[in-house]
Parts: sequence; structure tokens; C-alpha cells
Amino acid sequence: MSETVIKCESVYKIFGENAKKMLEESNGHVDAKTFQEKGCIVGVNNASFEVAKGEMLVVMGLSGSGKSTLLRCISRLTDATGGKIFIEGQDLLELNNKELIELRRNKMGMVFQSFALLPHKTVVENIAFPLQIKGTNTEESISRAMEMVKLVGLDGRENYFPRELSGGQQQRVGIARSLAVEPDIWFLDEPFSALDPLIRKEMQDEFLRLQEKLQKTIMFITHDFDEALKLADRIAIMKDGIIEQLDTPANIVLNPATEYVRKFTEEVPREKVLIIEDVMDAPSKDNLGDLKVSKDEIIENVAEKILTQEKLVGVVDSNNNIVGSIKPSKIIDTVFGGRKNGS
Amino acid sequence: MEYLKKYPKLFQWLFLLIVFFALCFAIDVPETYKFIRGQAEFVKDPNQSVYFFLGKEVRYYAFDVFWRLPPLLGWLPIWINDSLFFLMNEWMPMEFWNEDTQEFKTRPLLLEISRNLTSFMTFLIELIREILLGGLETIVAFTSWDFIDAYPWLELPGLPWTIVAAGAAILSYKLSGKGLALFAGLTMIYISIFGQWKPSMQTLSFILVAAPLSFIFGLGLGIAAYKSKRVEKALYPILLVMQTMPQYAVLVPALVLFGVGDHAAVIITMVVAVPPMILLTILGLRAIPPEVIEAGRMSGCTNWQLMFKVLIPTARRDILIGVNQVIMVCFSMAVISAFIGAKGLGFNLLLALNQLNIGLALEAGLCISLIAILLDKMSLAWANKQTDYFGNLTFFQRNKNVIFFAASFVIGIILAYVGTFIFKGSFNYLFEIPHNKGISTADFWNKGVDWIFDTFFVYIKAFNTWLIQDVLQPMRALYLRMPAVATLVLAVGAGYLIGGVRSALVVAALTLFIALSPWWDRALVTLYMATFGVVISCLIGFTVGTLCFQNKKSAAFMLGVCDIFQTFPSFVYLIPVMMLFGITDTSVLIAVIVYATIPATRYTIEGLRSVPVGLHEAATMSGVNKFQRLTKIEFPLAFPHMMLGLNQTIVFALFMVIIGAFIGTEDLGQYILKALSDKNGAGIGLTLGICVAFIGLIFDNLIRTWVGKRKKHLGID
Repeated sequence: MSETVIKCESVYKIFGENAKKMLEESNGHVDAKTFQEKGCIVGVNNASFEVAKGEMLVVMGLSGSGKSTLLRCISRLTDATGGKIFIEGQDLLELNNKELIELRRNKMGMVFQSFALLPHKTVVENIAFPLQIKGTNTEESISRAMEMVKLVGLDGRENYFPRELSGGQQQRVGIARSLAVEPDIWFLDEPFSALDPLIRKEMQDEFLRLQEKLQKTIMFITHDFDEALKLADRIAIMKDGIIEQLDTPANIVLNPATEYVRKFTEEVPREKVLIIEDVMDAPSKDNLGDLKVSKDEIIENVAEKILTQEKLVGVVDSNNNIVGSIKPSKIIDTVFGGRKNGS
Repeated sequence: MEYLKKYPKLFQWLFLLIVFFALCFAIDVPETYKFIRGQAEFVKDPNQSVYFFLGKEVRYYAFDVFWRLPPLLGWLPIWINDSLFFLMNEWMPMEFWNEDTQEFKTRPLLLEISRNLTSFMTFLIELIREILLGGLETIVAFTSWDFIDAYPWLELPGLPWTIVAAGAAILSYKLSGKGLALFAGLTMIYISIFGQWKPSMQTLSFILVAAPLSFIFGLGLGIAAYKSKRVEKALYPILLVMQTMPQYAVLVPALVLFGVGDHAAVIITMVVAVPPMILLTILGLRAIPPEVIEAGRMSGCTNWQLMFKVLIPTARRDILIGVNQVIMVCFSMAVISAFIGAKGLGFNLLLALNQLNIGLALEAGLCISLIAILLDKMSLAWANKQTDYFGNLTFFQRNKNVIFFAASFVIGIILAYVGTFIFKGSFNYLFEIPHNKGISTADFWNKGVDWIFDTFFVYIKAFNTWLIQDVLQPMRALYLRMPAVATLVLAVGAGYLIGGVRSALVVAALTLFIALSPWWDRALVTLYMATFGVVISCLIGFTVGTLCFQNKKSAAFMLGVCDIFQTFPSFVYLIPVMMLFGITDTSVLIAVIVYATIPATRYTIEGLRSVPVGLHEAATMSGVNKFQRLTKIEFPLAFPHMMLGLNQTIVFALFMVIIGAFIGTEDLGQYILKALSDKNGAGIGLTLGICVAFIGLIFDNLIRTWVGKRKKHLGID
């Protein structure tokens, strides 16, 4: 694996007056109920994970699951109650105010659900804002901001005010602003949740295109499981502050760790999520047909071809070596089988 | 029993009322009791009781404690007064260098600070006054009288009124558009032609000093309160009291601390104008979405950058609404400050009212009202104006307002110069029209008033006599008949039933303060006048509001009327009532009713309007008729908001009752007025003001607690 950018070790965030003391007394066994009886609310409960450079970790959970709190701990918008957080090896909680500001000015960018644009500044001024805060002179910051305007496709609207833009356009500004300082780490807090479904899909595609180009290290928060599957390299599913499962989309769909996770996966169209490699069997010489498919193909794209075969279909890697085989009936099992209620 | 279970609250209230009336009947009026007209503490009478506290002698007429509590706080006004005098005249004497006499002089520290502060204020006011009107004191302040004698041309010439009028119109145009520009121009021309230019500019210069200073202090304290819970907690009670404190009452201590004149008025105006600014600053900063703050932080803002580049610009509108409030408070204080010798329109109004020259008063009042509307509309337009992008405009487009002003400046000066030839030997009407040398309609109005009196005297008098003898006197007697204990029980009981122990304690403390002050009887009289005014105001306001609500246009029109009437300084309302009813309690009560009807009407319409559209549609689909919809859906839902209107109505009524003392009533206001002309009045004035504020706060606490609970119950926020 490549180098780790974000690393969390047993991060806790507990709201309440005696939170710190209660956490110390609990010896790492935090029970939300007993804490609540004593007037404390557990936001994040023992979160440990790593995010590698260029990886996109999507944190998925319903409202109140602590996903936004976790993100705010890592961006230190709020201070974690316990545990350690490392950003590129630096202990985040040990940073003083000045170092923290330095870190945010150069390494971090964040996009918000409600866009959080400054109403009194134009599009280009909003985008240039983090640069100007940093001390970049006006001319340079504006020309850099104009590049960003082009990147997110808002050319011609750079002198509009946020109030004159649609929701999708406002979020484009938010994205451009968060990228203006060329951060290495990109936080996105439900960036597309406030948008209409059609616009949301368009923005997701746009976002994937950007990420292809920029290769940032990303933490992406969402409550939409489909969005998580579509975007993520890995997904962390949270419930009541606890990370229930952290794995690749395919593994979550195939092997849900808990009942809670399984409920989400039930409705998922597997053929759209899984690739051939996820469901193939060991290579077999017998009964192998002529058709060969790549192991990286999404099932949906090749299902029709495979289903017309009667023999086994060979699975090949990028060098055309056979690495597995797949029975046409396996496709039918994957798509229709393994679901409760037969839905 | 079933009813008891169904309506437990109703029975609790009934029980409270029974206890109250039982107490009223059980406790007899002491034989020696009469409504005391003199100030007990200054009358020496062998029947009086005396006690000493903190070295202060308090005299009072003792009664049974159930009937009237002894004035255990009677020492407070005397003590405040003496402390102020001690602080000003004896505390911390220090050596100060005196420029004029070229020697050191010993002076108490606070006196020196106060003198320096006032001379600074005087300088600021004079500076702006002389820019508007011309003069030489600013130059003298930097040089000397001898210098000005040697170079007399140095005297500031003052701006021709045409330039100020054009400036106001151009500024209005920039802020709002043609309509306001026209109004501003016409107002200025009216003021000038009717010979009110000088006092108007004096008032304006007062506001131009008081408002910016109040804004700066209010914004600063508001930010401090936003950042620190402790500061907010410390400020909160002061803000609360200042909201219900009659503006009149704070004038009295100002006399002791800062003397008589514009400078004292400016300083005390700041005391009154800063609290609303603080409140609106806090409100505005609190209303910023948390994500905007987080966005600022994630952009790497330092605390300073966050405050001035993110928070304040985002809260711009609320802060500018605060500016609007500051300006309006400053303006109404500028009028009332006439009582402590501030120059300007208020002074003329006061003079005219004292001479019973209704015509002159009406002219001054009209000027005041026009300026109030203009200032209100301009500052609101500023708040609602959104920033425009101007990067792609030409130089002329960007600066056209400045260029227009420069042009009108030149034209104005040329006109004024030409005027010296046209009006040779008389006043230069194109430069500045002196006070009372313009057109005057005073005679016309005075004749009108005389005519009204001659024609309707019999009816007005009959109405007056009936109202006073058959309604007001019995009502007053009833209020004064309440034993102190019964009143306390009623207030505390109501507090308990509405808000539990906490409310009961707050109400008890506030009521006890008034009961233990020497002015319980006066407070009852104040209360009776306010009650009378509030009941009738609410009846009118709720009816008018409900009727206007039936039609969208009439509702909008009525709100506009309320807006305009609300901008008038309360003092102005006394003019027409004095014109019609002369100097009687009736006049005051009618002024109270007119003034207090404004919030009652406004809140009724707003409350009815706030009923969600979805509910209207649901109701219509269930087939209700208009009347059913009103009684079953709109009233219950709008009622909490209407109760907030009642709260405002009470505050407005109290303010007016107190100011009505100017006409001559026997409530707390009468003593405040007396304290103004009393050199030992500071403590009395302040304590009286606090008493009035507390009356307001008792109702404020009860109503707000009830509304909060009711809204929660109904699920509206």
C-alpha cells in the first residue's frame, strides 16, 4: 500500500460536561446508553482507520450516526475527546492554533452540505477567499480563482453573487473554493444531499471526473448508500457513533458484517456494484467456452453476453491470462439470489 | 369533579382570583389612608414614621403591613443620589493642568473625566453643526478668540440648504430609488421653506454624533457578548431593563453626571441606543449558519479574519437593522432630550407646548415626523440593499452619485451667491432660511384649534367629565383599594400558574421592589392608566387587525401605516390630543391608546399571516366557512403571536403614560418630571425609571413564558 495520509486511533467524541472524565473512567468501553443517563451524548465511539494517499473513503450513515462529527474531529473543527489523529504523521491534536491554521491553509479543503458561501462576495471572490486569507495578493488569487472557475465549468458566471445561482452551481463554487489552495486532503460533508436527484447524479459524475484528474485523498460523508457505492474506494458504515463495517463496496455488498449493514445491501442492484472478479470461481479447464471477459468488468455490462453461453466463461486479467471462470448460472444467482423476502 | 379534571388550570385560576378578592375584602382601608399627593420624604409631619438605614433618614406614613408595605427601599434613591454626588465631587481628587489659568488645579477624578468627555462631545456636535449651519466655535477650539477677531473670514460659512437637500435626495436614490429620492428632496424643501431648517440641522447634527458612536459601542459589546458567555450573562439583565425603561427616566442621572445641554444628551442617548444594537448584533451573529463559520475556519481564518471577513459581512442585514434601530432611538432621544436642554426640533416643540401654541407645535411635530420617516426609510433601504457587482462598470457609472453631488454642490453655491443679489437687504432664501422666517401656518392651526374649542367645547367637556367621573375615577379608586398583600398574591400566583416556581420568584422579586419603594401608590396609578389604555388599544388593535387581514391589500396597507406611526417619537403624539382635548387625563389616555394600538394591530395581522398556507388549504377542503376558519384555525394559531403584541402594547402604553406626565398626571411619570428639575433628583429619577421598567418586566416575563409554552405545545417556533 502507498503511504497513509489520515490515521485515526480509537477516536472518541463525547458531548457533555464531564465527557473527558467519564471517558477515562470507562476504560475504552463506552456504552451510549449509560453515558446518556449521565447527560453525555456519544458522537463518535472508538473509531480507528487509515486513509491512504489518493484514496476515497466514504463514510456512510443515517442522520445522528456521528459521521459528520467524525469528519469534524479529523478537520479539528471540534476537538476529539479521546484517541489520536495523525495527518501525514503529524499529531493533529498536538498542533497549536497557529500550526492548525497553517495546516488548513495549505493541506485541507472542505465542501459543505449547505454550500456555506459568503453572500457578499461574487463567485470568483468566494473562490479566491482562502487564498486571500492566506495572504496571496489580489491579482494572483483572482487569476488562480479563475482557473478554478473554469475547472468546475462556471465560466461566464464568475461575477455572479451566490444568490443568483442554482443549488448545483453554488456547490460548484463550494467545490472550487475548497480546491483553490490545492489541498492534499479533501473533506466533503454531504456535498450533494441538498441537490435535486438529476443534478445530484450530474454532480457525482463531475466529481468522479475531477478526482480522476486530481487524485486527492478524500473523506466523503453521505447518507445515501447508492452514492457511497458509486464513488467509494472504501466505505465506512456508521451507526450510533460506531463504525459497523469498513470495506470495499463489493465486500460490503457480498459479506455484510452486521444485520444493520445487511439491511442496506438488500436493495442494492448487485450487478451494478460487483465486478466479475468478485463472483468468479477458480480457473477450470473443463467445459470452457470461447468467450472471455475481463475480471474488472462490472457484471451488468457483460451479463447479457455471459447468459447466452452454455459453457463456462473464462475470466482474464489485463494481460489476457486466465485467472478464473464463471458459470452463466452464477450471474443469475448473484443478481436474484441471496436476498431475503425474494424482492 | 369531572370539570375539575378536564380543566385543572381553569380551576387553579379561579382559586387564585377567589383568594385575591377575599384578601381585598378582608383587609379594610385604614382610616388615616389617603392618596398622598406630596412627596412624603420631604414633608415633615408628626404622624410620619422614620427609620435610618446606611445613615439615610427615610420618612413615611406607616400602615398595616397587609395594606401597604413600609418603604424599606426608601433609602435607595437617597443613597444613589448621595453616592453620585460623592463620586462626582469628592472621590479621588487629583491635580490637573488647566490650560486657561496656566496652573494646576485639584479636581475629583470623575468630574474631570466627565468634563473632558462632555467637552469632546460638544466639540463633535459643534463641528458637524457648523458644517451644516456655519459658525466659528470649531476654529476657536483650535486657535483662540483673538485669532478669529484678526481673521474674521475664517468663520465656517455653512452649507446652503439646497446642497443638503440635493445630498439627501442623491443618497436616497442610491439606497432605494426614485421614490425615496423624491420624498427626501421634498421633505428637505418643506423643512427649509417652513423655517425649520436651523432646528432640524441641530437635531441632525445631534444624531450624526450619537448614532455612529452608539453603533460602534453596540457592535463591540455585541461581538464581546457573542464570543463570551460571561459577558452576555452580565449584559443580559441590563439589556432587559433598558428595553422597558422609559427613555425619559435616564435623562435625570445624566443631569448630575454631565450637566445640561447637547453633550449630556448625546452621552445619555448612547446609553439608550446601545442596547438594541447589542441585541441585534448578537441576533445577527447567532443566525449565521454554522457551516459558514466552519467554511471560514477551514479556509484558515484567524479569529480576527473570521470576525471581520466572514461573520460580520454575513450578518450584514441584521447589523444594519440594528443601525436603523439606533438611528430611530437617537432621533426620539434627540426630541426628548429637550428636557435637559438639547437644542433642535424637540426644544422648539417643548417650547411651543409650554406656551400652548398648538400651531407652532404642530409645525415642529410635522417636521419631526417627516424626518423620522425619512431616516427610517433610508436606513431600512440601506439594510435591504444588496451588494452589486461594479467591476465591469465605467468610471462614470461607478461614481455617478459622487459626480452628481459635486455638481449640485457647485450649483448650490452659485445659487446662494446669486441669492445675495436677489434678496438684497433681506434674508438670503437660497442660502439659509432663518428659524420662523419661512412660511408659517401656525396662525391657521391656532385658529382651527380655537374654532374646535368654541364649537365643540360643550361636547368635549361633557365627554371629558363623563370619562373622568364615571370611568377613570372609579377605576383609579379600585386600583388604589387593592391591599399590597392581595396584589402580591395575585402577581406571584399568576407567575406560578404560568411559569412554575421560577417565574413566581422573578415576579415576586420585581413586585416586591416596587412595593418596598416609596412609590407603590403611584405605581398603582400608573398601572391603572396603562391598563385602561391597553384594554382599549387591544380591542381596537385586534379588531382592526382582524378586519384588515381579510384582504391582502388592506393588510399590507395597515402594516405600512403602523410602520410610519411607529417611527414617530412618542412625544409627538401629545400634540394632536392636546389640540383636541386640552390638558386633561383624557388627552394622555387618548395618546396612550393611539400609540399602543400600533403594536396591537401589527402583531394581530402578522400573527394571522403566519398561519401556514397548508392549514388554510386543509381547512378549506374540510369545508369551513370564513368565520369558522377564523375562530377554529387562525385565532388559536395566531394567538401566541398576538400575545407578544399585547406585551409590546403594554410597553408602549407605559412609555406614553410616563411621558404623559408632561401634561399633568399623577403617576410615576409626574415624579420623574419633578426629578428633572430637582438637584437631588438623580437617585429618585433612576429608581422611578427602574420601577416603571419592572412593571413592564413583570408582564414581559409572564407573557413570554406563556407564549413559549404555548408555542411549544402547538409545535410552532
